[in-house]
Amino acid sequence: MLALDFSFLTPAVISGYIVKGFIFSLQLTLIAMLGGIVLGTLLALMRLSGRPWLVVPAAGYVNTMRSIPLVMVILWFFLLIPLVIGRPLGAEISAIITFTLFEAAYYSEIMRAGIQSISRGQVAAGYALGMSYRQTMGLIVLPQAFRNMLPVLLTQTIILFQDTSLVYAIGAYDLLKGFEIAGKNFNRPVETYLVAALLYFVISFSLSMLVRRLQQRIAIVK
Amino acid sequence: MPMIEMNNVSKWYGRFQVLAECSTQVEKGEVIVVCGPSGSGKSTLIKCVNGLEPFQQGEILVNSISVGDPKTNLPKLRARVGMVFQHFELFPHMSITENLSIAQVKVLGRGKDEARERGLKLLDRVGLRAQADKFPGQLSGGQQQRVAIARALSMDPICMLFDEPTSALDPEMINEVLDVMVELAQEGMTMMVVTHEMGFARKVAHRVIFMDQGRIVEDDKKEAFFGSPRSERAQQFLSKILHH
Amino acid sequence: MSSWDWQVFCKDTIDGEVVPGCFGGAGDVTYLDWLLSAWGWTLSVSALALVVALALGSLMGILRTTPHRGLVLLGNVWTELFRNIPLLVQIFLWYHVVPTLIPPLRGVPSFILVVIGLGLFTSARISEQVRAGIQSLAGGQRMAGLAMGFTLPQTYRHVLLPMAYRIIIPPLTSESMNIIKNSSVAFAVSISELTLFALQAQEETSRGIEVYLAVTGLYFVSAFALNRAMLFVENRVRVPGMIGGGGH
Repeated sequence: MLALDFSFLTPAVISGYIVKGFIFSLQLTLIAMLGGIVLGTLLALMRLSGRPWLVVPAAGYVNTMRSIPLVMVILWFFLLIPLVIGRPLGAEISAIITFTLFEAAYYSEIMRAGIQSISRGQVAAGYALGMSYRQTMGLIVLPQAFRNMLPVLLTQTIILFQDTSLVYAIGAYDLLKGFEIAGKNFNRPVETYLVAALLYFVISFSLSMLVRRLQQRIAIVK
Repeated sequence: MPMIEMNNVSKWYGRFQVLAECSTQVEKGEVIVVCGPSGSGKSTLIKCVNGLEPFQQGEILVNSISVGDPKTNLPKLRARVGMVFQHFELFPHMSITENLSIAQVKVLGRGKDEARERGLKLLDRVGLRAQADKFPGQLSGGQQQRVAIARALSMDPICMLFDEPTSALDPEMINEVLDVMVELAQEGMTMMVVTHEMGFARKVAHRVIFMDQGRIVEDDKKEAFFGSPRSERAQQFLSKILHH
Repeated sequence: MSSWDWQVFCKDTIDGEVVPGCFGGAGDVTYLDWLLSAWGWTLSVSALALVVALALGSLMGILRTTPHRGLVLLGNVWTELFRNIPLLVQIFLWYHVVPTLIPPLRGVPSFILVVIGLGLFTSARISEQVRAGIQSLAGGQRMAGLAMGFTLPQTYRHVLLPMAYRIIIPPLTSESMNIIKNSSVAFAVSISELTLFALQAQEETSRGIEVYLAVTGLYFVSAFALNRAMLFVENRVRVPGMIGGGGH
């Protein structure tokens, strides 16, 4: 039985190894969330457009992304992006592009459900006021769908935050990587993995508590 | 010795009091109708009788066994007290025959064939023998409730509790259920019935209990209750229900 | 990378020579052999983890619906714990941390540790579904069971669970498909499954696209087969008269 010793985790070590990775994990989460929601909303609108030339590619894209393991998607993009743009790309940039495109598929399913939950009467009311499709969607339907789905979108973002650890597959420097390198350099892998797990847990758990609160609030407003 | 005896039963949900010092008795062979506005606690009261709802104060004795006593074997007690629910609560994944026999086999330890025989006999009695192999979802509400009564009877209960047995039914199905209940009452079954069906009360009830805000406000012989209820609330309630 | 080269799978993994018939004989292993064995590992990890997840997830989900506060708390803590730590971190915990802290576990093969890790991670999600399934039955069925004289365990066994499981077959299906996808993190602790094969074969052969396509295809096939199997089960246990059921 070995004694746990966390004393090597000094502020200097933390700022030297962990902070850099933490910042990247947060960046990756935020960019993929914002980009994913925008792209996902577009995909959802395509799927609900009723025009086969929009529905089929959007559905194909979403279903393909959703049936491949994220790790494989990360590997695919890491392999393909350099072939497409003709020069190698850093693991971090590759990860940001991958996660944005991958999460778009999941966010689009949420937005699709959100849009479908808005009654047809709302759309009719928009048109009856003389609004265009764009106005009806942008001013009437999407704001309501977005508000109703906010808890689910945030829950997906918590999953996204946890999934960022999978950039391990291409060696990008994220939060987990920071802990791993610190653990190797100080020969304290057990302690670093424990602290990493604790940190991920505290962040995910507190966010999920916030989402739960938000859900109750929305339920009351409804 | 009464079949059901309640002494000063009180119950709270958090700080909200749902039952306040309710006391009454049901003698063997008696039929008691419990009525009152919604939220008056009548459904809660009847669920306390077989311990489906816990209560914090007072005592309830069924056949001299204390329901609130932690040492009481509640499953054993409940097996002898039949209960019929507002929403039937047949087991949707079992056929009608299985619904009637499962508890006989698993709780009373009867043989499968014996349980099936008994179930079919009771189905006959409620006029649904032909539906024996169907599933609950394939029956109408009235038929489901008659099966539910047969299911309760299959355990050879010493008394029966009915929790608004007709209030989830379409109007044209209410009578087929009430007919079964009237027959049961006339055979001498001890019954405690939460219902707004005053016709049923007039026909077979011995006493009527009126509840309001968790209290038993009236507990009268049927004739007295319908003749001249003492409380204003009961008068108001009756006039609303009867002119309905 | 201008043209396809599917012959890559027929190559021997050691000397890179193309083997006639694509399957290696005695002592020789082609990339095709390796791919199929990797598929086997993916399926084994997934199947065993699913068993662990179903057993523990059901137990925890059930505990969370009982009237006993202590059991509810146990189920809640379990679920939150295994749901809020990334799967990869959990796998690392099982692989690097647990055997160090609990010496008797030192000899346990990493395959088993991954099965436990993936199983417990997924059990948290299944616990959520089982709880939701039981709670969707409303209180009436529980009361009806108890009123018939069933004990609480009997009420779960005969009344609540048979319906709850039928209700949650669709989410259980997608969770089972997720397990196949999530088993890919096993590459991180050197289980020779599909993703690790993809990484290594890509590096050795430089035919990344062919290798990735084959691996992705096998993930597709596995998930699709599982989906069909679950649909078959769903149809088999369908209750007549229920929504989508057989009718009159």
